[in-house]
Amino acid sequence: MQNMGIEVVFKGNNFIRLLEGLWVTLRIALIAMMLSILLGFFLGMIMNVRNKGIRAVCRIYLEIVRIMPQLVLLFLVYFGAAKHMGINLSGENVAIIVFTFWGTAEMGDLVRSALIAIPKHQYESGYALGMTKLQVYLYIILPQTFRRLLPSAISLLTRMIKTTSLVVLIGVVEMVKVGKQIIDASRYTSPKAALWVYGMIFLLYFFICFPFSRLSAMLERRFSNGFQKK
Amino acid sequence: MISKGKKMKHKTLKKRFIGILLIAGIAAGILAGCGSSSNTADTKAKARTLEEIKKSGTVKIGVFSDKNPFGYVDEHGEVQGYDVYFAKRIAKDLLGSEDDVEFIYVEAANRVEYLKAGKVDIILANFTVTDERKEQVDFALPYMKVALGVVSPEESLVTDAEELKGKKLIVVKGTTAETYFTEKYPDITLVKFDEYQEAYDALLDGRGDAFSTDNTEVLAWAIRNKGYTVGIESLGSLDTIAPAVQKGNTELLNWLNEEIKSLAAEEFFHADYEATLKKVYGDSVDPDNLVVEGGNIE
Repeated sequence: MQNMGIEVVFKGNNFIRLLEGLWVTLRIALIAMMLSILLGFFLGMIMNVRNKGIRAVCRIYLEIVRIMPQLVLLFLVYFGAAKHMGINLSGENVAIIVFTFWGTAEMGDLVRSALIAIPKHQYESGYALGMTKLQVYLYIILPQTFRRLLPSAISLLTRMIKTTSLVVLIGVVEMVKVGKQIIDASRYTSPKAALWVYGMIFLLYFFICFPFSRLSAMLERRFSNGFQKK
Repeated sequence: MISKGKKMKHKTLKKRFIGILLIAGIAAGILAGCGSSSNTADTKAKARTLEEIKKSGTVKIGVFSDKNPFGYVDEHGEVQGYDVYFAKRIAKDLLGSEDDVEFIYVEAANRVEYLKAGKVDIILANFTVTDERKEQVDFALPYMKVALGVVSPEESLVTDAEELKGKKLIVVKGTTAETYFTEKYPDITLVKFDEYQEAYDALLDGRGDAFSTDNTEVLAWAIRNKGYTVGIESLGSLDTIAPAVQKGNTELLNWLNEEIKSLAAEEFFHADYEATLKKVYGDSVDPDNLVVEGGNIE
């Protein structure tokens, strides 16, 4: 008597709505990731500064990000900023801000450890050639850290893509929420649709996360070859 | 060399300890700050007045997007349901067209926050009136009434709340069911979910022995799901469902009350029932048991 449920996925605009939700997910994760990489590089370099005060501040920032669940941060910025400071941001902007705040800390820590891992003679050879500190970083150190960073940066990106399913609680309708809406709308006509809708969401997540991890593997190989040739 | 290394180690340990203390202090400060200021009425996020809403030309109404048949999104991406039908009428009477409404999708757990932060003008998301919530938001006259219901599988039907002791009861966070069972039956293990869909899936998977929420909800669901019956149809006190506005937004509140009173003449909510709820409850439920006209509960 009841239908299978798979047709619910393709009924009306449902599939397009899922893809739109996916686009929201991707947009938040990619913008936040680009900002995180940029800011993370600065943070990583700052974290290696000898000044104890600066180091302590970085440390506190990193610990706050690690301790606070992302959901708490989202609520603090979305509702807290509106209530206490009168700043009214859209849910998507809040998501990007919070994800960047989180990503910058993680990237910063990764860059910091990558910088430490570069052998000392790399720096010293640069200085011996008469390069300034900026030139040493720009032409010698950063290109080398880049290769080391790729795998962990990609894993951070895929984690971000998956964590976007939290942003529904600040009113952003992303893919998982669209899926829930679809399941609910058809809950009286085809209660078994949940499996198919979640199955489709699984596939869509896979199709966007998989290319990123392939890309990172490919780039890593390319970069390491390039360095060997030199 | 050795002594220097030792000294450094000691120093970093000390530093780390101080760091942890600092972080704990900051975290405590943030939490305390939020806790104390959220109770004060004069937040900076003042809700828009009636005048400001009229000027802007759209009213922002918070509705559910996954609570069929009260607020849900159909396969064309259009929001529908009993609450939405009313929301469109509010827009029409307030601003002239039923399209002058911006629907904001809320969750059960963040409805109060949306009002407090001034991110919506009105919440029309199946919001049950409780004393606790009255301290946080202002409710208008009711447009529906409900009690709690408990649905469970037929083969192990729960017909009395006492039977639930030692069993797992599924509830949705932030609903009246959660508060009721936490207060009245602390021995029952509650399995809590953020969203209705998750809760129903959990019941179907057997992750709990029964599910409790508003009786309207479970009655409608049980009709469509063979093997499940509402063993307890009415539990707790009779609750009402009403629109809510930010605390202190009296102008908008009065307007809503007048609106609800004036709609009684045309039996608007019975028409709303016919249009949105009847197809779900069928003939088994008498509309007068759910619908409230003009805010009068007899």
